[in-house]
Amino acid sequence: MTDHSSDIDSVSGKSTTGHQWDGIKELNTPLPRWWVITFYLTIIWSIGYWIVYPAWPLIQSNTTGMFGYSSRADVAVELANLEKIRGDKMAALGTASLVDIEKDPALLALARAKGKTVFGDNCAPCHGSGGAGAKGYPNLNDDDWLWGGTLDQIMQTIQFGARSGHAKAHEGQMLAFGKDGVLKPDEIVTVANYVRSLSGLSTRNGYDAAKGQKIFAENCVACHGDNGKGNLEVGAPNLTDKISLYGTDEASLIETISQGRAGVMPAWEGRLDPATIKAMAVYVHSLGGGK
Amino acid sequence: MNKTVNPNELKPVDDVGPLYAPRQKVYPQSVSGTFRRIKWGLMAICLGIYYFLPFVRWNRGLGAPSQAVLIDLPNSRFYFFFIELWPQEVYYFTGLLIVAAVALFLMNSVGGRIWCGYLCPQTVWTDLFYAVERLIEGDRRERMKKAKSSDPLKLERVSEIVLKHSIWLMIAWWTGGAWVLYFNDAPTLVKELVTFQGPMLAYIWIGILTATTYILAGYMREQVCTYMCPWPRIQAALTDEWALNVTYRYDRGEKRTSVKKAAELRALGQQVGDCVDCYQCVAVCPTGIDIRNGPQMECIQCGLCIDACDNVMAKIGRPKRLIGYDNDINIHRRQEGKAPIYRIVRARTIVYSAIIAAIGGFMVYTLATRSLLDVNVLHDRNPVAVKLSDGSIRNAYTVRLLNKSGYDRAIAIDVEGPINPTMHVVGVDSVTPDRPIIVIPRDSTSELRLLVTAPAENNPEKSIPVRFHVMDIGLGVAASATDNFVAP
Ligand code: SF4
Ligand code: SF4
Repeated sequence: MTDHSSDIDSVSGKSTTGHQWDGIKELNTPLPRWWVITFYLTIIWSIGYWIVYPAWPLIQSNTTGMFGYSSRADVAVELANLEKIRGDKMAALGTASLVDIEKDPALLALARAKGKTVFGDNCAPCHGSGGAGAKGYPNLNDDDWLWGGTLDQIMQTIQFGARSGHAKAHEGQMLAFGKDGVLKPDEIVTVANYVRSLSGLSTRNGYDAAKGQKIFAENCVACHGDNGKGNLEVGAPNLTDKISLYGTDEASLIETISQGRAGVMPAWEGRLDPATIKAMAVYVHSLGGGK
Repeated sequence: MNKTVNPNELKPVDDVGPLYAPRQKVYPQSVSGTFRRIKWGLMAICLGIYYFLPFVRWNRGLGAPSQAVLIDLPNSRFYFFFIELWPQEVYYFTGLLIVAAVALFLMNSVGGRIWCGYLCPQTVWTDLFYAVERLIEGDRRERMKKAKSSDPLKLERVSEIVLKHSIWLMIAWWTGGAWVLYFNDAPTLVKELVTFQGPMLAYIWIGILTATTYILAGYMREQVCTYMCPWPRIQAALTDEWALNVTYRYDRGEKRTSVKKAAELRALGQQVGDCVDCYQCVAVCPTGIDIRNGPQMECIQCGLCIDACDNVMAKIGRPKRLIGYDNDINIHRRQEGKAPIYRIVRARTIVYSAIIAAIGGFMVYTLATRSLLDVNVLHDRNPVAVKLSDGSIRNAYTVRLLNKSGYDRAIAIDVEGPINPTMHVVGVDSVTPDRPIIVIPRDSTSELRLLVTAPAENNPEKSIPVRFHVMDIGLGVAASATDNFVAP
């Protein structure tokens, strides 16, 4: 230990550490004993900690501690507990009917919360995180439904999908009238303009409305109905309304009529449990598009 | 005042001493006087509030907690008499903390560490523990003698020690017990606790607070103030030359000598001080310092040395307050023959008071005008707007209704705007068209999804303000919120 005895503070008579700032000297004041003991105790404590808990990284792994504690195991236990807590509520979702869920504020809140997260994980890649959709991917917030927008219909579509390969999936497709040589290019242009006129949109100069109606009657009414109102059975869209899955501009319509359309909605049965699918149906219905 | 010592006369005291210094145990003597009385009074008030407040009842209606002061953690509510705070109102606590901090600054600029000396829990409980110790083991001299004596322990002494620690532990235990009562209905919890049916957490907290009270007030005492508490350091930086600190008024003369000698010297016309070097001020000091050495960090401004010295001065017939709340400025003024001046009102104290008044006033105002029915509206972001098949436009909103009152409310929701909107609440069948009615249970919130549609002919071109009204159909209490309606 350095001997500071030569440097003594003249006021207090105590020795100093020899440190000096702006002429102010630091007195050599020993620590209180309890403080030092506490300090040593923390060191002992930390050694105990190294032994009891996983602490030291090794080349391949790490020391595991005496009781095999790991934070991962902790998380597993917490998750199991969470499942247990949520079990009852999810069971209630599983047994209640869709309509009852919407009537019961607590179940509705649960279904919406659950549905929202599941939707985000599974459906958002196609339909967008808020279900806003995109060209070719239905907007679930509006009131236009190819396969029906009631709670039951929505649930059925989620469960089995459309053209998904599931035995109970919705089937039906827009034929490729141009590719398959059923309609000639100019006929396609004419009928595309006719379809535009159905929802009150402007038509090309000099287009023959009577001819368009004739082509439509011969080729399209089977699915889209006499006045183009569509058919839920085969997922044929209503052509008279203001919204459309693939676009109502002439180019889009021509493409649709020539190439056909057959978008796929996967079946979620088997991938998600029934209660979750129910929650998702309620959530989608509550987005506002439901009927 | 410290005299400068010639360095050559000094001997090294502790330069090669141990790494640590053993504790100098303090044996404060009992004292009576003005400041001691103030201290007893404040102690009674503080402890009275702390121990008995949880038992004060407050009627909030059926089903609501009837405890005047309650921190209801499971339901995230805080009750304080007629005030009930929700989690989103925690800013009141922020306000309270700011006021508390500034109040501490204000106290400090007026009277130094008076908080420490009179109101700090560490001081209050230590004082209480000292009182118990004095009652059982006797005053300063006796305690010192007992501590020093190496006689084998006699039954009497053992029973003294056992009794002291039992009473300490009982106080500590009741301190921990009172703490948990603030978080539960007190009478119920007391019943549960004594029948060993209370929640584990309550026992754990009682254990922790019993231990800390016992250790901090029984053993650590002034060391908490000197070594552990940051306030002495902070206050030293906050104080100014006008603050009144417990001060030995050395302007009343040196040197210090015995009563008899002083009288003799005075008779000879010699300079002599009022202090008779009786060490009473040191004996009573709970931090064990000699205030005559000038202001020291350890001093908690408790004023007990003032009482002790006043008693001495009264006895020897000299004026009181040789030690008093004073400052260096006045000591110097008196030395120069000028009258002392005391400046409580100065820039610093005005600013602190103004801050306290402003924040306190704002809190009282917001509390007084706080509504018991609230509505928050959040516009859906994704999608912002939806076009429906008939060409009309719809916006969706998440609406949160807060019913802070103590009864269930039937709330009618209404929307109003230049686009002639219609509204649907998901999951609610409208009783009257466009005016759904929702029942919100007492003291709770409801989150609703609201779909607002503007007919095709009223499609807005850009964002249009809409107003949501919510109204308690029974009482007519209303609240509203504005948001925008946008086109795709
Ligand atoms: S010096 Fe006086 S005021 Fe300061 S702590 Fe000691 S007794 Fe209290
Ligand atoms: S109590 Fe008063 S007279 Fe006695 S030593 Fe302290 S200051 Fe001097």
